Amino acid sequence: MSGETRALPKEHYLNDGYGWRSWLLTTDHKRIAVLYIVSISLMFVLGGIYAALIRLNLLVPDGSLMSAETYNRAFTGHGVVMIFFFLIPSIPATLGNFLIPLMIGAKDLAFPRINLLSWYIYVIGALFALYALLAGGLDTGWTFYTPYSTVYAQSNVVMGALGAFIVGFSSILTGLNFIVTIHKMRAPGMTWFRMPLFVWAHYATSIIQILGTPVIAITILLVALERVFHFGFFDPARGGDPILFQHLFWFYSHPAVYIMILPSMGVISELITCFSRKKIFGYTFVAMSSLAIAAIGFLVWAHHMFVSGMSVYSAMIFSALTFLVAIPSALKVFNWTATLFKGSVSWQTPMMYALCFIGLFTIGGFTGLFLATLGTDVHLTDTYFVVAHFHYIMVGGAIMGYLGGLHFWWPKITGRLYPEWWGRISGVLIFVGFNLTFFPQFILGYVGMPRRYHVYPEEFQVLNVLSTAGASILGFGLLLPLFYLGWSVFRGEVSSANPWGARGLEWQTTSPPPTHNFHTTPVVEEEAYDYTRPPKEAALV
Amino acid sequence: MKGLPLLPERASSIAGEVDALFFTLVAITLLFSVGIAIALLYFAVRYRRRSEDDRPGEIHGSLALELVWSVIPLAIVVVIFAWGARLFFHINRPPDDAMTVSVVGKRWMWKLQHPTGQREINELHVPAGRAVRLVITSEDTIHSFFVPAFRIKKDAVPGRYTVAWFRATRPGTYHLFCAEYCGTEHSKMIGWVVVMEPEQYAVWLAGGPAPESPEKFGEKLFVELNCITCHRADSAGRGPVLQGLFGRGVRLAGGETVTADEAYIRESIVTPAAKVVAGYQPVMPTYLGQVSEEQILALVAYIQSLRVPSGETAPAPAGTKVSMNEGGTARSR
Repeated sequence: MSGETRALPKEHYLNDGYGWRSWLLTTDHKRIAVLYIVSISLMFVLGGIYAALIRLNLLVPDGSLMSAETYNRAFTGHGVVMIFFFLIPSIPATLGNFLIPLMIGAKDLAFPRINLLSWYIYVIGALFALYALLAGGLDTGWTFYTPYSTVYAQSNVVMGALGAFIVGFSSILTGLNFIVTIHKMRAPGMTWFRMPLFVWAHYATSIIQILGTPVIAITILLVALERVFHFGFFDPARGGDPILFQHLFWFYSHPAVYIMILPSMGVISELITCFSRKKIFGYTFVAMSSLAIAAIGFLVWAHHMFVSGMSVYSAMIFSALTFLVAIPSALKVFNWTATLFKGSVSWQTPMMYALCFIGLFTIGGFTGLFLATLGTDVHLTDTYFVVAHFHYIMVGGAIMGYLGGLHFWWPKITGRLYPEWWGRISGVLIFVGFNLTFFPQFILGYVGMPRRYHVYPEEFQVLNVLSTAGASILGFGLLLPLFYLGWSVFRGEVSSANPWGARGLEWQTTSPPPTHNFHTTPVVEEEAYDYTRPPKEAALV
Repeated sequence: MKGLPLLPERASSIAGEVDALFFTLVAITLLFSVGIAIALLYFAVRYRRRSEDDRPGEIHGSLALELVWSVIPLAIVVVIFAWGARLFFHINRPPDDAMTVSVVGKRWMWKLQHPTGQREINELHVPAGRAVRLVITSEDTIHSFFVPAFRIKKDAVPGRYTVAWFRATRPGTYHLFCAEYCGTEHSKMIGWVVVMEPEQYAVWLAGGPAPESPEKFGEKLFVELNCITCHRADSAGRGPVLQGLFGRGVRLAGGETVTADEAYIRESIVTPAAKVVAGYQPVMPTYLGQVSEEQILALVAYIQSLRVPSGETAPAPAGTKVSMNEGGTARSR
């Protein structure tokens, strides 16, 4: 990188129109990705405020800081907002939307207008949910368990459920768009096994989005019907079966975990290769493990229900399948680690996030084994052990991947560099704060503190205070990027087209890219991650 | 603030077994996490970029390595799976000599009843050393009966029975929690399990007025609700004979056989048409909504107590099979 001041390219997607119509009626996948980044960031802040309320309440054991009603609404709001409106769309709708056409050498997604529609559906779903949360609130937990949600809850269940129902369609449409795009729009020479692993991961994710989301949509609708019209689907007093709801709910909501983590794994494969200048170790295994996770992930849902009274034999089957899904995940971790071997490793912010991801995801994955193991799950399920476990996957995994990816492709999206030192500082704060928040929760769960407790026995207070202290550091660390990334959009140093020397097609066009991505259609002649040669600087400009 | 507990109390016969498996998993987790962290950091430092022109050579991968790091974890999880499944079977199979305590969850309290009739709320007194079998249900939403010191947890599901058991080993007072979110006061649906020496328990039982046993209460209901009109002891009624029914296999109109356990009898009371005994007409009306969960439990206890009158030889009620359905008795519901 030379010292002289660079200028942004003369024409790029960001200066292709400035009016509100040029944004709200855009069909450019890159602009839609930016719309999504703004919307999910707003939802992330809201979900974070709910998290702060939860941690504040748990500072004291007697619940004197807020009422039980407020606390129950806070953890429900936190779950609903973070899962349906942040984590599920996070990487696919932002980085996936922006990068998949660029990575496979296409001008846009296969259905640009459907892509815009998916954003509008997201916004409408979010408005319903916001109405439910802010006008009275929702107190069912994000899991909507029946018959509590359909008969007993005195809150905005129907509006909240409709929000989740509507936003599901945006997820389905994004998945559909990706699958068609990946099948039909690859540039000449971009064979399946030359695709970046980020694209493979999104392909697997899209399959889950398309097959799983309709099930949750139907389930949510049944909840609304039972609540409003008193059908007897789930309420045993009307002949329904409350356990049926759990089967239907987890049939989607467990694979949904993979909707959140697979794209993040795709990001990590890109970061690890670029910042160690190495081809990924075992490309085929890493690519296929994504598909294996998506496939087996559909067969493990009832591991959330081992203490619900299911037959011990079904429990055994679901336990065994859950262990099976651990193998492809472990495979990825080993291959990423092996990729660093004899590489040329540079410690920049995105790489720090990638290394944090691998460490935290490993702990999250292994603690998942405690819950897949039938004999230990009985004690640990529905305690803080579970809360800690899935936050290691969702925050330590999914959000670390998202932030790492956001920093990595920030110059591609905005044409400007983020301030490297601020990136590293926030990365360290997030890592330290995260572990201090959630590690004590493993112990809390093991010693027996149940989830969703507004008040708790005094002996759990020390661990809860530690967790809240960690959460303040974590919250501060997560706020920093909001400011320095926002600042860099206007004031950041202008980036070269390929500041990291990365090999992917997305780096061979200008940063930011032109509206139609490439001036000449790229022709691919090499495998992914061919780092033995220096990259051609913006060859396709 | 009160101390920093790192280990839950260990007060049941299975607690030690659960902990052994738990700490084995902790050891495996530490081994792999630390190993991976060391490898990552070592590679990231040892192979740090020394010059912008570094171009490391290409390594494609290694089939042998992929197999090694798939097969070794697979072998480990197979062992853990088998160990966990075996323990789970143990946790879910109450011993035959267990005393049965009925548990009804209701927002936001636990209602418990001893086999001798004593009722308690949010507090359960049990003798040490004796297996206690819990038959659990709920009157409203789903709850979950959780005693961390015993390492047991089982959902209380409205409309069905779930079963758990424990054998307390150490006298003391232990937390009882509701572990399934059930609304506003969920975190106050808590109580204590008081484990007593058997002699003390006997004294405790003897204190207070002599309660009505569940069987007696059930017998009264059996008459009041007119069950007795059809379920006669002499096989002349419109319904099956109930004497000696409990625990046996029952052949249904559809040809299959089910075991007459608590869940089956409960279902036959609230949805009689679901499993009709072979040779009978589905004429019984539903009692759904007319009897409370506690009344149903009393009826079940009464039917369980009905023995075949002595002197008669194997009057096996129509449609029943004497052989036990092994799989059925192991059912946890």
